[in-house]
Amino acid sequence: METMFGIAVDGVAYGMILFIISVGLSVTLGLMRVVNLAHGAFAMVGGYVASYAAQNAGLPYGLALVVAVALTVLATLPLERLLYRRIYGSANELAQVLLTIGLTFVIVAGINYLFGPTLKRIPLPEMLTGTVELGPKAIPTHRAFVIGAGAATLLGLWWLLERTDFGIRLRAAVDDPAMAAALGIRTERLYLATFALGTGLAALGGVLGAELLPLEPYYAIRYIVLFLAVVAVGGAGSIFGSAAAALALGIVDTAGKYLIPNFGEFFFYVALILILFRWPHGFFKGRAA
Amino acid sequence: MTKTLRNALLGAAFGLALAAGPAGAATIKVGVVAPFSGPFGVVGKSFKEAIEVYQAEHGKTVGNDTVEFVYKDLDQANPAQSKALSQELIVKEKVSFLAGYFFTPDALAVAPLIDEANIPCVIFNAATSAITEKSPRYVRTSFTLWQNTVPLAEHMAKQGIRKAVSAVSDYGPGIDGEAAFKTTFEKNGGAVVDSIRMPLKSADFAPFMQRIKDSGAEAVYAFLPAGPATLAFAKAFNDTGLRAAGIKFFGPGDLTQEPDLPALGDAATGITTSFNYSRAHDSAMNKAFVARHKEMFGSYDTVTFTSVGAYDGTHVIYQMIKNAGGGRIDGAKAVESVKGMSWESPRGPLTIDPDSRHVTQTIYLRTVEKVDGKLENVEKQSFPKQPDYGYKLAK
Repeated sequence: METMFGIAVDGVAYGMILFIISVGLSVTLGLMRVVNLAHGAFAMVGGYVASYAAQNAGLPYGLALVVAVALTVLATLPLERLLYRRIYGSANELAQVLLTIGLTFVIVAGINYLFGPTLKRIPLPEMLTGTVELGPKAIPTHRAFVIGAGAATLLGLWWLLERTDFGIRLRAAVDDPAMAAALGIRTERLYLATFALGTGLAALGGVLGAELLPLEPYYAIRYIVLFLAVVAVGGAGSIFGSAAAALALGIVDTAGKYLIPNFGEFFFYVALILILFRWPHGFFKGRAA
Repeated sequence: MTKTLRNALLGAAFGLALAAGPAGAATIKVGVVAPFSGPFGVVGKSFKEAIEVYQAEHGKTVGNDTVEFVYKDLDQANPAQSKALSQELIVKEKVSFLAGYFFTPDALAVAPLIDEANIPCVIFNAATSAITEKSPRYVRTSFTLWQNTVPLAEHMAKQGIRKAVSAVSDYGPGIDGEAAFKTTFEKNGGAVVDSIRMPLKSADFAPFMQRIKDSGAEAVYAFLPAGPATLAFAKAFNDTGLRAAGIKFFGPGDLTQEPDLPALGDAATGITTSFNYSRAHDSAMNKAFVARHKEMFGSYDTVTFTSVGAYDGTHVIYQMIKNAGGGRIDGAKAVESVKGMSWESPRGPLTIDPDSRHVTQTIYLRTVEKVDGKLENVEKQSFPKQPDYGYKLAK
């Protein structure tokens, strides 16, 4: 029983980290229909900015996090103007894949050149080190914090997309861009804002997840499969879908590794295959899909 | 017209100069295959820097011959590519030596080539014991998992630890480490209560930590390849309260290699490892070695076990050229000539074992501590003259 509880807690913690890193991709892929393979690269840029801000500029963790998200968004906005704008729409999938994977390589090489190939870390404040006792199970304080941050992100996004003017306009623009434009919605701006939201979430995930997925230049390529798996299982564009998928995959992976470690990632991918077999569009069919 | 004429004249002059040079003077090329870009790019960098340090100290010539290094980039474990690059070095560059090789499969792939071309291959890293069995032309100046693990397991047993668990990455060297640990630890009266093999691509280590905790072991022997996985493992060990619960953490020194220490941070302090080289090794030669890196490249952050592997490998190559006495390099004879060779390296005394052609060396027990604000592997104890215990064991 204690073991089951342990697996559940670890699984949920891992799942929440997966969620927070992947949800930005769900936004760009589902709401904007851009297969953004550079998502991992944006997350990595966020992580590196936070690492630099905290270690070299001496900012506290919270401030470094804000700076990282803000700078990543600022740095990527010109990319939206110059590059991404040309590849919107589901007819451009090949162009999207080629452009974003190319962009990823450029960012990987750039980070490698600027920061070197060694691992970088984001020092945690005293408050987030150590462990929290949950009954018989101790989990790292940082993970508990990420679970909280994940839940907050989930609610925040739900509120933003379902309950605000911005969300209504965005959904309209996604469903029928021509009609939305005719009704006076400035779709270009809306897309810019959504893109910023996606990269901001990527950077947030990169910083918060850095304890689990350590920062190094190949981060962008190493973990992209993980992000895509979560979005595919959850259903592109569905926030709750991403959360459900991340939790399910996190728990399956944790249980598999605990019970039969020799099988490695086997259970993760079997779960992926079975879920997609049953729900080809993911748990919650995204509204844009 | 004049340009063509000038080129012809220059060519003629150059030809004459060559012909007039001292008899037997030649350029001897050494092909180095290693990762110079990609996730393991730092390895190639440390190889190259160590070779340049060696050449700065000992000159670029041996007798009348000039030694030239040719580098080939192999960014990840890829035996087919390793073979192709090595063949290119032999056929096109006409190298007399092959050297480098970070990953075991890459080193294994060249065995038929070096036998056919009769060229010595000096391995700077690849650490699976079985490699040097595959060709008599392999010489290795790094370490093996067996070499590092046997003294560590004996030390753990001596500390009074009776129940231990091993957690290794599920690939060649990891399995070598697991076998070496289990054999030695049980021979010394301990019990290995669980042997966990972790997938190479694991990101989350919490489940393994839970398993270690549930096994009731007093200590864990862990091996993972240096890099992000090691960092996540060490962090998980601290964060899930295993360290607080008093479980002791041991492993080969790959876990706490110098370039990763700043990222590991305080999570690394107190980890006890066994290894053949620490940057903090207290000897005049090592201090000079580190200082020269700082002088030539502006920083010594990348100086680690791969640096001494390459430095000593270069020394062995120079010795083979010296032994050939200006004549053509005959691979089999060159290897024969360095068997039993002993010398002093920045890491301590080394001898090439005549049977395994692997270096017999001192293995150090180290603990990660802060020295002048920088994390270092501080040597606590030494086990001199450790051979490769894994040689010809699998048979």
